[in-house]
Parts: sequence; C-alpha cells; structure tokens
Amino acid sequence: MPLYEFGDIMKNIKKPSKNKGIIAIAVMATLLVPSLMTACGVSAEASDGFGWFFNVIVQLSDGMLASLELFALTLLFSMPLGLLICFARRSRFKIVELIAKFYISIMRGTPLMLQLLVVYFGPYFVFKVPLSTEYRFYAAIIGFSLNYAAYFAEIYRAGIEAVPGGQYEAAKVLGYTRRQTFMKIVFPQMVRHILPPVTNEVITLVKDTSLAFAIAFVEMFTLAKQISASESNIMPLFVAGLFYYIFNLVVSFVMGQIEKKMNYYSA
Amino acid sequence: MKLLEINNIKKTFDDLEVLKDISISVEEGEVVSILGPSGSGKSTLLRCATMLETMDSGTMKYGGEYVVKDVDGKSVYASKREMKHFLHYFGLVFQNFNLFPHYTVLKNVIDAPIHTQKRDKAEVIERATHMLERMGLGDKLDYYPCQLSGGQQQRVAITRALAMKPKILFFDEPTSALDPELTGEILKVLRALAKRKMTMVIVTHEIEFARGVSDRVIFMDDGYIIEQGKPEDVIDNPENERVRAFLNKLSS
Ligand SMILES: Nc1ncnc2c1ncn2[C@@H]1O[C@H](COP(=O)(O)OP(=O)(O)OP(=O)(O)O)[C@@H](O)[C@H]1O
Ligand SMILES: [Mg+2]
Repeated sequence: MPLYEFGDIMKNIKKPSKNKGIIAIAVMATLLVPSLMTACGVSAEASDGFGWFFNVIVQLSDGMLASLELFALTLLFSMPLGLLICFARRSRFKIVELIAKFYISIMRGTPLMLQLLVVYFGPYFVFKVPLSTEYRFYAAIIGFSLNYAAYFAEIYRAGIEAVPGGQYEAAKVLGYTRRQTFMKIVFPQMVRHILPPVTNEVITLVKDTSLAFAIAFVEMFTLAKQISASESNIMPLFVAGLFYYIFNLVVSFVMGQIEKKMNYYSA
Repeated sequence: MKLLEINNIKKTFDDLEVLKDISISVEEGEVVSILGPSGSGKSTLLRCATMLETMDSGTMKYGGEYVVKDVDGKSVYASKREMKHFLHYFGLVFQNFNLFPHYTVLKNVIDAPIHTQKRDKAEVIERATHMLERMGLGDKLDYYPCQLSGGQQQRVAITRALAMKPKILFFDEPTSALDPELTGEILKVLRALAKRKMTMVIVTHEIEFARGVSDRVIFMDDGYIIEQGKPEDVIDNPENERVRAFLNKLSS
C-alpha cells in the first residue's frame, strides 16, 4: 500500500531533531534580523507583533536548517559528479558518451519531483526495503544531486568547449601532458566561463529544495505550509518566501564576488 | 648539421590532398622563409613539423633522429616516450599568439620550462626575466595578456617559445594579426634572432622582410614546393610563372 503510505507520510510530518549546527543558526539569524525588523513593523497591528513573528521564525528554524543542509550537500555532491558526467559525455568511447547523453536527457527531461519520488520509493518497490524517516533525507540529497549533476555536466561541457583550440595547441607544443593541459590551462578558463550559468543553477537549487516536500522531507517550505495551515495565517508562507529571497541574495552576492575575483583577466 | 629533415610528406584532409610531395631540410643556424598563396598548405606543413597534425606518408627527422619513419608507404611515429624528447627540440609561434590568458606574462613564459622540462625554477625565472627585459617587456612581468598590445603579446609568445631552449623555431604568419606599426616591432625581434643564429622557419607574407632576413626562401603552391633558393633568386628573379604572378600581386 505504498500510495496510502505516501499520503500517511504527508499527514504525519515528524519534527526533525534540533541538534543541528549552531553556526548555521547563527548565520541564518544574522541573515534574517534586518528583514525581521522591517517585516515586524509592517505586521505589528495585524498580529501581536514581534513576539509572534519571532515565534514563527523559531518554528521555521529547523526547516531552514534542513533546507540549508540539503542545499549545501547537494552542491557538494552534484558539482564533482557533474564533472565526471561531463568527462563521460566527452569520452572518446562512443558507448560511454551515449550512456552519459542518455542520463542527461532523462534527468533534464523528467520532473525533478518525479525523480525524488523514484529515488525515495524505488528501493521499497524494487527491493522491498522498508521506508524509513532517515532515508528521506538521503533520498532528497541523492535525488537532487543526481539531477543537478546532469545540469552541471552540460554547463561544464559548454565551459570546456569555450576554451579555444589554440590553447590546446600551445599547450601541446610546450610539452604539457593531457592531464597538465586540463588542470593548468583548460580548467581555470572553464571555471571562468561557467560562473554565470552556475550561479543560475545555484539560485534555482535554493528554490528547488522546497520540492523535497514531495517525499515529506521536512524542510523550510514543508514546515511553513504546515504552520500556515494550522494557524490559518499566510504569514509563515510569507516568511518562507523571505527566507528563500534572502538566501538567494546571499548566493548572488557570493557568486558575484567570486566572479569579480575571476575577472583578473579577460579572455 | 641538419636540424630538420622532412622527406616526401603527404597529407590529406578527408578528400583534400593538401601536402602532395614535399621535402625540406633545415640546417643549423639557417633562416628559411616559406611563401605562397592562401591554401597552398604552408600552415599544414608547419603543423606536421610540430606534430599538431599527423602526416599520412613521408619521413621526418629531428637532429638526425627519426621522428616519423616510412613503413610500406605509411608514416609511423616514434613511441610516445620518444616523442616527448622531440617536443623539446622545436618551438612554435602562432599567428594569434595563443598565450594563456589566465597567466601573467612571466608565468606564461616560465610555466612550461618548470613543469614540462622540469628545469630549475630559479634559473628559469632569472633567464625568463632577462629575456623579457631584452624584449622590452621588463615592466610587464605581472601583466595579463589582455592588458598588452598585439605586438607585446606576440613578443611574449616568442619569449615563451624561446624559454624552452628550442633548437629550431617555427613561426606561422607571426605578424598577420598585427597592425603595420606592430608588425615592424615583431620583424625587428625576428631579425635580432636571425643575427644571433637562431634556426628559424617562418611562414610570412612580408616579402621585404623575407628577402632581408632569409638564407633561403621556399615558395609553396597547391601542396608542392614550386621554387626555392636564395631570396634574391626566388624573390627578384623567379623562374616559375606562378611565383612571379603571386609576387606581382603582392607588390602592386
Ligand atoms: N583540419 C583541417 N581539416 C580540413 N581541411 C583543412 C584542415 N586544415 C587545413 N585544411 C585545408 O587545407 C588547405 C591548406 O590549408 P593551410 O592552412 O595549410 O594553408 P595556408 O597555406 O597556411 O593558407 P593561409 O595563407 O591562408 O594561412 C586549405 O584548403 C584548408 O582549407
Ligand atoms: Mg596558414
């Protein structure tokens, strides 16, 4: 009765544990304080002001952490995995290239939500492995990483192909090995080319983490919806939106700084 | 001593036979200019000599050692390990420089000697700095290529090639991407190298320069060498009708 179970999971969302990294809380707190202030000013008369608002934040904080964790781990795994897939896609061996192409087309051609469901329920359906709460977290990370790796692979590929052939020729004549050519000449130039599309992907990922609700992984968005429903108040959703927005402001800022750093030369 | 010896090289791209039957040898200290109309195969010849392109048939020797042997009419290259040794024999300067944009001028010059030739870092840096100074780039060591003029970039590229201590240096139209004034400064560098007896093979459209600097001029057309000899013979009194037509068109 997997479908029934799926619905059941959706209803009985368990509160995640509170023992997450303190640093992350601190980061999010400092992140949210300025917006908190303004937001409180606006909504002061609608509810009982700061106290209520703060309460929402506290209730959502576990979700924020979960979202952050999902975000960070997805990047950590999908970026290197994407490079591997990119190598496979550019392989001299036709079969390897075809497999990579197929993988990428599936990952890009089907909904991420569906992929998450497959990763989560797949082991249950195929191997009758019982579903567990911890696995939700892993399933979310596996699902996101597999999906984002495909997108990163294509971005990397475009970045590598943007390096002019003359660079390879100069490297070859100067005696660089293939490996040295990639590490010293191609890779640094590729990184520069891919920063803008990678920024796009990262921003999308911030928002996409909310899709983890599909497998009842309790992240920010899931919690906000829940609280919003139980208190018949739109504010938690608004705070959730604010969270994603500020999160993305930070992402844009950081990526912008990195791009600036990389702009020490122009191609 | 013959530094380079190519015999009966043939090269076909798809159906297009670009090098038909070319033999060329270069003596130590010799400056050879290659002239010829567009599409005659000059770049392809240089690219085969520098192993950026593989030849279909024919042989090639560097310093008397076979790089490419002929086995039943087909070119057979030396093993990968032996090739590495030959790679340090020559240098190549490109028309569009191909400097590494993410490296500074100095790093462009020193990186390969240090990391592919495994030479002593201090020695390489000292020599590179000295060479760049002589090229008039002493104050540009920490610049990136994009901050330099085309002529300066080409001087860096020449220094980069020289830093490898090549025995023979190839140039493929080293001034074609440059303005006339900048062309002059590169030709000056090449003349200085010629004076110091650097062995060079230069593909160029600068007839006056070729006449002044070359020990020998080779004229290519349609995949063949149709005339070669002293510059005053080939350029001033060409025997071949097509050479004459080409030179007339250039000077008019
Ligand atoms: N990689 C390649 N694939 C297919 N055809 C090629 C390739 N490289 C060169 N050719 C062809 O070979 C012919 C000779 O080219 P090449 O570049 O050697 O001429 P060139 O004498 O250097 O001309 P230019 O003076 O214009 O530089 C041209 O017709 C060119 O289109
Ligand atoms: Mg050419």
